[in-house]
Amino acid sequence: MGAFILRRLLQSIPVLFFSTFVVFLVIHLIPGDAAAVLAGPNASPEALTAVRHEMGLDQPLPVQYAVWVAHVAQGDLGKSTLSGQPISKLLLARAPATIELTVTAMILSILIALPLGILSATHVRGRLEWLISTVQSLWLAIPNFWAGILAIIVFSLVLRWLPPGGRVADANDLPGSIKSLILPATTLSLYLAAGLSRFIKFNLLEVFFDDFVRTARAKGLSNTAVMYRHALRNAMLPVITILGVQFASLLGGTVIIESVFSWPGVGGLMLDGISNRDYTVVQGGLLLLVLLFIVINLLVDLTYAVIDPRIRLGDA
Amino acid sequence: MRRHAVAAPTTFRKSPHPLNAAFVRTWRNPLGFFGLAILGLLVLIALAAPLIAPYDPVVQHPGRELLAPGPDFLLGTDELGRDLLSRVIYGTRPSLVVALMVVVLGGGLGIITGLAAGYLGGWVNALLMRFFDAMFAFPPILLGFVIIAALGQGTTQVAYAIALAVVPTLGRVARSLVLKERNRDYVLAARCTGARNGRVMFLHVLPNAVSPMIVNLALVMGFSVLAEASLAFLGLGTQPPTPSWGAMLNESRAYLRNDPWMAICPGVVLALLLLGLNYLADALRDAFDPRRVNAGF
Repeated sequence: MGAFILRRLLQSIPVLFFSTFVVFLVIHLIPGDAAAVLAGPNASPEALTAVRHEMGLDQPLPVQYAVWVAHVAQGDLGKSTLSGQPISKLLLARAPATIELTVTAMILSILIALPLGILSATHVRGRLEWLISTVQSLWLAIPNFWAGILAIIVFSLVLRWLPPGGRVADANDLPGSIKSLILPATTLSLYLAAGLSRFIKFNLLEVFFDDFVRTARAKGLSNTAVMYRHALRNAMLPVITILGVQFASLLGGTVIIESVFSWPGVGGLMLDGISNRDYTVVQGGLLLLVLLFIVINLLVDLTYAVIDPRIRLGDA
Repeated sequence: MRRHAVAAPTTFRKSPHPLNAAFVRTWRNPLGFFGLAILGLLVLIALAAPLIAPYDPVVQHPGRELLAPGPDFLLGTDELGRDLLSRVIYGTRPSLVVALMVVVLGGGLGIITGLAAGYLGGWVNALLMRFFDAMFAFPPILLGFVIIAALGQGTTQVAYAIALAVVPTLGRVARSLVLKERNRDYVLAARCTGARNGRVMFLHVLPNAVSPMIVNLALVMGFSVLAEASLAFLGLGTQPPTPSWGAMLNESRAYLRNDPWMAICPGVVLALLLLGLNYLADALRDAFDPRRVNAGF
């Protein structure tokens, strides 16, 4: 197991290298010159050179990257061009909201997808499967931001059950905190759940024809036992991998859902950064989300290896 | 009474070209027909927008702001007094333009890189595959952020961003299709005649390998329409006053309490287009997958 963890950690290094390099490049891709943006439109050439030197932009690119990585490793992500505040402080203030939303949505989507997937696999070619798959295709065609807007109209403005936006994060007001989380987390999770339940269904259907399921039935086990103790366990393995891959689309969705529900997360910070041309903020936000993605995928792969010994022993 | 004629010329019933057969199957599939109909209708609307839109989509009608749907303005007006129906009609344009650009640019790059990786193999393959792996670590919408931060906001920039985001997926699919073809006899025959790599790749392997890619291109179209609308919704795509569905939905958010109709129509057409493209991709997949065809359902 130790060897597997080590190998998997080593595999993440090139990915980490590439993605941080892309994030690093953001500041260099800006049309014109980051120093010119910072120094302002009326800066003298001397002032511009000074700013460029201060930002290290007069160094060769690999040197700049190495310096940047060294700073990042110490938690120094630079300062916001606009407000002058350290990026790490801005991110720390926003990250809990984003992580709360994505993790809740991920758990919700599994809770929704699992029963739907099992039901459509056990009722394949029946009315229930037809109903579930029709709802799924309709749901997959509804963009999550529109779903969010419709949810606000129905549940906040018409029925007045839930707040239309904002985040209550108060340990003393737990019902309020949960209420503010329900709409954004559910909207975010449903899209993922629609795809996930399909995937669970197809995996179950494939497993149903495997020999071990036939053996389990031949032993005279009840349908429930065959389903939960044999088929589902094996069908869930690829689902776990897909969850890691899907986390990317979940992160993308989070940025949008945060905007719909005025959820004060990292996405909003980055959007403000793009419209204010505050590129150090965009860079910091990107770095945080990409690292989150890499860590989640690492965890998913390790979980996979814990569940299925073939993975860690297979190519050892 | 039939005579046994040994020398009689044998006639073969000409079977249709597999590609045509697949298209006919798609057309006859109700879901595929629905998808093609929606797509065709919206393309017509986009082309004929100046003829069918009742008003100029950017002209403001002072004193007629935030009107509910009525006889003068069939879908009502927005906060600046612009006709919502005309804006929805013109809003088909950025969606379809981006989808088309992504299919051409992203599809083209994906096919070329996949062809090179699959046919040439070796270091070209290793390099491209590692590059694709690394790009998969980047959530597509964040890749969009990076490119838009660099190129600026706008419809064309969004198309470039999405096109780049789909290259790794399409490249991998193309590669796997090329790998199936590269050792076939006709490739060997072409090489024996002395054809160079470029000629074999583009004139022999490509036409034989890529037809199933059309399924992925349909999926990519759906993804592009969704991504364009999402980025426009976030204010990063098509810039005002040019109408786009995503941006219209964004503008509607300030008026949900009293004027919720602003949020309905752009969302409905967007969802219809996405549904159509999803169904089209499903129908194409069924049409191109021989296993499903032989299974008889």
